Parts: sequence; structure tokens; C-alpha cells
Amino acid sequence: MNAAAREWTRFTPGERIARAMLYIVTAIAVVWSIRTIDIIPEFLYDAPEQTADLFRRMWPFDWAFYPKAVHSALIETFHIATLGTILAIVLALPLSFLAARNFTSNPILNLIAQFIFVSSRSVNSLIWALLFVAIFGPGALSGVLSIAFRSIGFVGKLFGEALEEAQQGPIEALTAAGAPRSMLLVKGYWPQVEPAFWSVALLRWDINIRESAVLGLVGAGGIGVALDAALNNLYWDQVGLILAVIFCVVVVTEIVTSTIRSRII
Amino acid sequence: MSAHARPAAFPTNWTSRIAWIGLALYAVYATSILELTFARFVTGLDNGGKFLARMFPPNMQADKLELITSGIMESLQIAVLATFFGILLSLPLGLMAARNLSPGWLAWSSRGLIAVLRSFHPVIVSILFVKAVGFGALAGILALIVSTMGFVSKLFAEVVEEMNPKQVEAVRATGANFWNVLAMAVFPQVMARFIGLSVYQFDSNIRNSTMVGIVGGGGIGAPLFTAYQRFDYDVVLTILIIIIAIIMVAELVSGRIRRVFQ
Repeated sequence: MNAAAREWTRFTPGERIARAMLYIVTAIAVVWSIRTIDIIPEFLYDAPEQTADLFRRMWPFDWAFYPKAVHSALIETFHIATLGTILAIVLALPLSFLAARNFTSNPILNLIAQFIFVSSRSVNSLIWALLFVAIFGPGALSGVLSIAFRSIGFVGKLFGEALEEAQQGPIEALTAAGAPRSMLLVKGYWPQVEPAFWSVALLRWDINIRESAVLGLVGAGGIGVALDAALNNLYWDQVGLILAVIFCVVVVTEIVTSTIRSRII
Repeated sequence: MSAHARPAAFPTNWTSRIAWIGLALYAVYATSILELTFARFVTGLDNGGKFLARMFPPNMQADKLELITSGIMESLQIAVLATFFGILLSLPLGLMAARNLSPGWLAWSSRGLIAVLRSFHPVIVSILFVKAVGFGALAGILALIVSTMGFVSKLFAEVVEEMNPKQVEAVRATGANFWNVLAMAVFPQVMARFIGLSVYQFDSNIRNSTMVGIVGGGGIGAPLFTAYQRFDYDVVLTILIIIIAIIMVAELVSGRIRRVFQ
């Protein structure tokens, strides 16, 4: 082949077609959505007024509401998020060992674990909360379970992937030394994946703190219950206070998780 | 010295042992605080049986299906529009937040804005937008635009900060102005990751667009929550099956697309 005639392209024709398809489909989807979406323009005329009104009603905050209802609800939210994360970890750890193809060689067990992860992740935590509230009634129990069930898929999937990336060297060395299978797990895999494990757990805990704040809107306990009550009563000064409290908690959580993460990884 | 004490093959990792014990103690403490008892769990299981019995079979009547279809369509439209406009806005915001391209004051103020955008769950943001622009899809779109900007511009800024500075220097050395540097040195390096982030965010917008309706933000959430409050659990089941199917398809498709663009 003549070297001078060789043509260099960045993408194969298939890749180029796939890219073009994505752009075309995006354009069609956006145009279709804009043309068919149901937006009531009358509502828009007074949007600036409504927004100004919203902030006027929010400020000053109803500080007296904090010791009355917000503080205990905040503590409950924290417990729901943390306990839900712990429960999710306990449930997800064995499953992720089943899902890791280098630890469990049975493809059927791998598939079962993957399926549990996918179904856990496909259901939003608010939907899990709806289901658990219907089963266990309103309260923190439903909140903990919905946080846990939503997190199993997340923790399990990421931790399973970390397990699959573990190096085989230490495991082969342990096998050669006659270590039983349980010791392979504790001394072969675990030390390699422990940083990944803690970082996944912290990441999910951070997300769960945010999510547990809304679970109360459907009755699953925590600060969302107070928020829902304030919203239904149109006490915007209480709503503002609750939002400010949630904001502070989220910021503190983010600082805590990033500090711990930079220490352990 | 009689028996030689064999040294332990593996030293004890006290930090992680203490962390585990602490977590276990906390779990026991929090369980008692929240009054999560086994008796309640058992009563719940009984209730759960009744609940499941009322869910089956899923309600497939024509009028319900029509309502559900229009709700689902609206959810998809919300997701598409929120992703599109959210991405358009994240592009400049992400560039402004990248510390290697923009001056310090701009980078830090953009980072502050991103932190504020990220701190609230989309459902809470849509409560505020429902008050500002009224019930309906627009509130949902605006709320999801906020969460899209928070996520995409944060990660995009990180991608831009990790890029190779040599190409930027090379283009700058030719006398290129800022826009030329962007077009010739920055975008070719980061565009693939940016599209990947956007596709990922589209996936998560679809998930959230099914939820904003619970507080009046439009989409399938409103029929879902109404059916739930009216104890029409068979309708709830139909909606849940459709939502889960859509989310699974979206995840598959977005995974495929991201692989094409890597």
C-alpha cells in the first residue's frame, strides 16, 4: 500500500455514524419537546412578583420554630441517612462478592446479584419510600428502609467493580500458602479494596443525607415531614428556616466527607 | 525463653477496627432512638402482604393508560429540555469554575454558585419553582436545570483542570486569543468527557423527572402520587412498572452512548 495515499481519520465510519445519529436524535427530541410541552404562559407573567413575594415571606425566618420542631427532625434525618447507609452496606457487601466475577465464578450467581443491584438502583428513593410507607406506615422505619434499598445497588455496583479490579498476585500467594477461602477474602481481597469501600460508603452517605431530607414529603420521617407541614400551612418563614438548615447540613456533610476521604485515600 | 511467640503474619489495623466497632455501636444506638423494633417490622410484613395483594393485577384500563401515557410523555419532555438547557448553561459555568483557565475570583465565585446549586435535592428546588412559576412542567424543567448545572459544571470544571496544559501553551504561543485557545486546545481535549457527563445527567434527569410531580412540578409524579393517596395501588403498580422499564432502558442506552464517545 502506498504510504502517501493513506488517509488518517480520527473516527471509524461506524463511530461517525453513531455520533451523527446522537446529534440528530438530540435535535429531534429537543424540538419535539419544545413544540408539545404544556406550559401555561399566564403563570409566567407574574413569576418575578411571585419570586419576590416568596423571598419576602421567607425572611425573617421563624427562629422559634427551630427548637420546636426542626431540631428533633434534623437529628432524625441524620439517623435515617446514616442507619440506612449502614444497613445498605451490610446488605450490599455479600452481594458484591457474589457479583464480582473474579471471586464468584458461577455466572448465574453473578447475574442474580447484578439483577438485584439494577432493580435497586432503578427505583428512586422517593418511590421506595412510598412503598415502605404503605407497608410499615409513616415514620423513620420506612425512611431507613427506603434509603437502604436505594443504596444497595449503588454501593454494591461500585464495590463489586472495585473487587473485580483487585490484583490477583496477593490472592495467588495466599492460595499457594494454603490459606482457606475465608482468609483469601479477609487478607487477600479486603486490604486491596478497603479504601475503595470507604470512599463508596462515604459518597453514598453524602448523597443519602440530601435524599433523606425529602423522604418526609411522602411521610417517611425526618426533616421533610416538618417541611411538608410548613408548606401545606404556607408558613414560608418556616420553610425558609428549614431550607437554610438543610443547606448548612449539606455543606457540613460535604466538608466532613471530603476531609475523611483525603485522609484515607 | 521457652516457646517462641510467632509474630503475627498481619499487623492489626486498629483504625479500621475502631471504625467498625464505632459503626456497630452507632447502629444499635440509632435503632433504639428511632424506635425501630422487630415487632413493628413483623406487623409491617403482614401489611405488606395486603398491600401487594391490592397491587395485583396492575390496572390496565384504557382511561388510566391514557392518563399515564401523557404523564410519562411530559416527564420525558421535562428531562429532555432540562438536560438541553442545563448543559448549555453548564458549559460556560464549568469553564468559569476551572482554576487553570479563569482568574481566581471568578473561579471561586463560580464554585460557590455550583455548591449552592448542588446542595438541594431536585424535589426541594421544584417546590420553590412551583411557587415562582406555578404548577406544571415549567417548574420541573427549571428545577432539573438547576440540578443539571450543579452536577455537570462541577465535574466539567474538574475535567478541564485535569487536561494537558501543553496543548494550551502551544496554541497560546502562536498568538491565539482566548476563544481560539478554547476552540483549538481546550474543547478537543474535554469534549468527549463533557458529552459523557451530559448523557449520564440525562439518565439521572429521567429518574428525577418522574419525581418532581409529587410537589406539583409536572410529569408522571402527579398521577402516581394521586393514585397512591387514593389507595389505587393497582394504578400505582402500572406506573411503577412503566417508570422502572423506562429507567432501565435509559441506563442501557446511556451506557452505550458513553462507550461510543469514549
